[in-house]
Amino acid sequence: MRRRIAVLLSIVVCSLAAGLMAPAMADSKSIDVNGTLADTRTNPAKPVPGVSISIDEGGKEIGKAVSDAEGNFSITLPGTPIDLLGKTITVKLDTDTLPKGADLRDPKKTSYKVLIKTDANIRIGYAIGPAVDNSVPIIEQVGQSGVNGIFLGLLLALAALGLSLVFGTTGLTNFAHGELITFGALAAFFFQDHLSWTFLPAAAAAIVLSAVFGLANDKLLWKPLRGKGTGLIAMMIVSIGLSIFLRNVYQYFFGADNHQYTGVSAGKLWNLGSVGVSPKSFYIAVVCVIVLVAVSLAVQKTRLGKATRAVSDNPALAASSGIDVDRVISTIWIVGAGLAGMSGIMWGLTNGFDYQVGNKILLLVFAAVTLGGLGTIWGTMVGSIIVGLLVEMSSIILPAELKYVTALVVLVLILLVRPQGLLGRAVRVG
Amino acid sequence: MTWSDVLTGAIEQGIGPSAIIYCLAAIGLNIHFGYTGLLNFGQAAFMLVGGYAVGALIQDLNWPLFPSIIVGLLAAVVLALVLGVPTLRLRADYLAIATIAAAEAIRQVIGSAALKDQFGGQDGRYGFVDGMRTLNFVPSGGVHFLGLSFRSYDFFIMIVGWSLALLLCGFVYLLMRSPWGRVLKSIREDEDAVRSLGKNVYSYKMQALVLGGVIGAMAGIMSGLATSNVAPSDFATDTTFFIYTVMLIGGAARVFGPVAGALIFWFFINGLDLFFDKMTSGSNPAIPASIMTSDQASLMRLIFLGLILMLIMIYRPQGIFGDRRELAIDAH
Repeated sequence: MRRRIAVLLSIVVCSLAAGLMAPAMADSKSIDVNGTLADTRTNPAKPVPGVSISIDEGGKEIGKAVSDAEGNFSITLPGTPIDLLGKTITVKLDTDTLPKGADLRDPKKTSYKVLIKTDANIRIGYAIGPAVDNSVPIIEQVGQSGVNGIFLGLLLALAALGLSLVFGTTGLTNFAHGELITFGALAAFFFQDHLSWTFLPAAAAAIVLSAVFGLANDKLLWKPLRGKGTGLIAMMIVSIGLSIFLRNVYQYFFGADNHQYTGVSAGKLWNLGSVGVSPKSFYIAVVCVIVLVAVSLAVQKTRLGKATRAVSDNPALAASSGIDVDRVISTIWIVGAGLAGMSGIMWGLTNGFDYQVGNKILLLVFAAVTLGGLGTIWGTMVGSIIVGLLVEMSSIILPAELKYVTALVVLVLILLVRPQGLLGRAVRVG
Repeated sequence: MTWSDVLTGAIEQGIGPSAIIYCLAAIGLNIHFGYTGLLNFGQAAFMLVGGYAVGALIQDLNWPLFPSIIVGLLAAVVLALVLGVPTLRLRADYLAIATIAAAEAIRQVIGSAALKDQFGGQDGRYGFVDGMRTLNFVPSGGVHFLGLSFRSYDFFIMIVGWSLALLLCGFVYLLMRSPWGRVLKSIREDEDAVRSLGKNVYSYKMQALVLGGVIGAMAGIMSGLATSNVAPSDFATDTTFFIYTVMLIGGAARVFGPVAGALIFWFFINGLDLFFDKMTSGSNPAIPASIMTSDQASLMRLIFLGLILMLIMIYRPQGIFGDRRELAIDAH
């Protein structure tokens, strides 16, 4: 049962994997092991016929085949899938039957162990000959990663501002902030999918709805809790409960599939020197910059912005000098949730989205906010750009699957050396 | 499936292996959060190092069971030191973010394709429980009583697990009555006051982190042994949140809180699952498919779980059996 929770929570990963493995699905009467042998020394790769493949189970040979003219082979395992589940088979390739001078790229693959876990067919690819070197010069990688990193950073900044503002004014570390991000993405999708709106009105309506949702969050949950005098840690745990609740409600109504918006074309890739920029990403970045500048100006110049900074500084003092603290906090929630919803839509535009898109980037958002200094606006923006750059740059050196890890490690390190963040005021924390 | 099947299914799960795993992890977390006030959001990482140490040592290097368990527990000590040395000086909410980030980073590294040979990538390690199976003394037909039935190995795991849990509860009870335990509780209530009495708060916090972490590793090892598998998805951030829920249901800073919490948590979680499964299954389900399909039914338990966690924290932060005066959870 515990495994089922785990499965449920990683359902997106699974559905993605299922999508990739779709061709391998077959009827469940038997399990086939099939695969292709390709000689990659030429371009395009050439199929390799006449190679013999055998399958052992428990030291006994249970199947054998020779690759055909297209380099394909297929062996049906004896027995029903039910009997085969849990068994380990060894797929062996007879190296003597390979063409002269050709070796497997992965020499260990001549004897390949497979644990049978599902009734799907098992597919094995054999690459022959050395890997083709298609690496890009390091300078070009840095340029491309830098551009991608700044785009990512701008999106993160938009997502993080709400979290940072709420923390600054109320002290709440909101673990349900990811669900505010997801809300925007899903709301826009709802308008498109159910009401067949075009993208721009759908996105605009979704941002408004996100803002209303943020206000509802504050009015229905957080304001009463503040009134009750609930502690900050208790509120943090409440926000975890809210996050689990909302995430599963989203999945209830929208399923676990990855969605895309319709009617938005990516445009033709612009080549600026060695760096490729898609017009879509560029326009998203422009919108982000405009919104971020507008928000910073508003916080610096308007009465409400000044009131916000006063409340962040000292709520009691702000209240006693005539600032309506509750009104300021409501505004923060409206603006913050609207920005978060907007970032969700933009994230969905570039990467697609599902019911937990916000939750997946929540730790990155936390990293951005903490890096810059919890509760400070400029800090949040600088922190977001740095985290965006780190995430994208790290994949030059590290495997791409670890790119979020860099941001998390930097987050931990920053907390250790400078817990108030890069631009935060040095106050004693702990 | 009849209604009595729903009930027995819920009870079986309520006392079954998964309840034990969460109970053990929550006993460890209770030392961190309940008694010392440390907001450790990385308990899943302690489970992970324990479970993976055992899984990898047995599967990759053919170690025997007991030495691997010892290494698993030592790995938790090392993790506690590495995590604790820098973070324990931080304020509670910063500690939470640091531990949650560290736990997720560890999980992603362990599950990465780059370390597939050592840790098996997303599949993790499996099939390393032969040593444990040879110790099984429960009849191979399984155990059946009062309409409940358990497979032989599951029942063996339950006997071992619940005995361990009770032993640990007794241990925690004695510890918290000792002068050492009283210092921990005072740190939770007022760190500065304890410091002013000349106690080394940092060192006490570290001892608590190590102790609770080792118990967390026991939970991870138990999880590996019970399911014969450790995978990165078992130790995600949500696992830590579920452990918090278990601990908070029973009541933080209560010796038997984690035990009661785990029993209630898994009884309700599985009960809800079976209930909604029954309501939506069959050719003429009680809840029509237009309102809830069986896929959606499987989400209901997590929806309720989120609600329960919120409601407990709002209306009964001391948990069902806790004492409100005992616990003042708040950031200082």
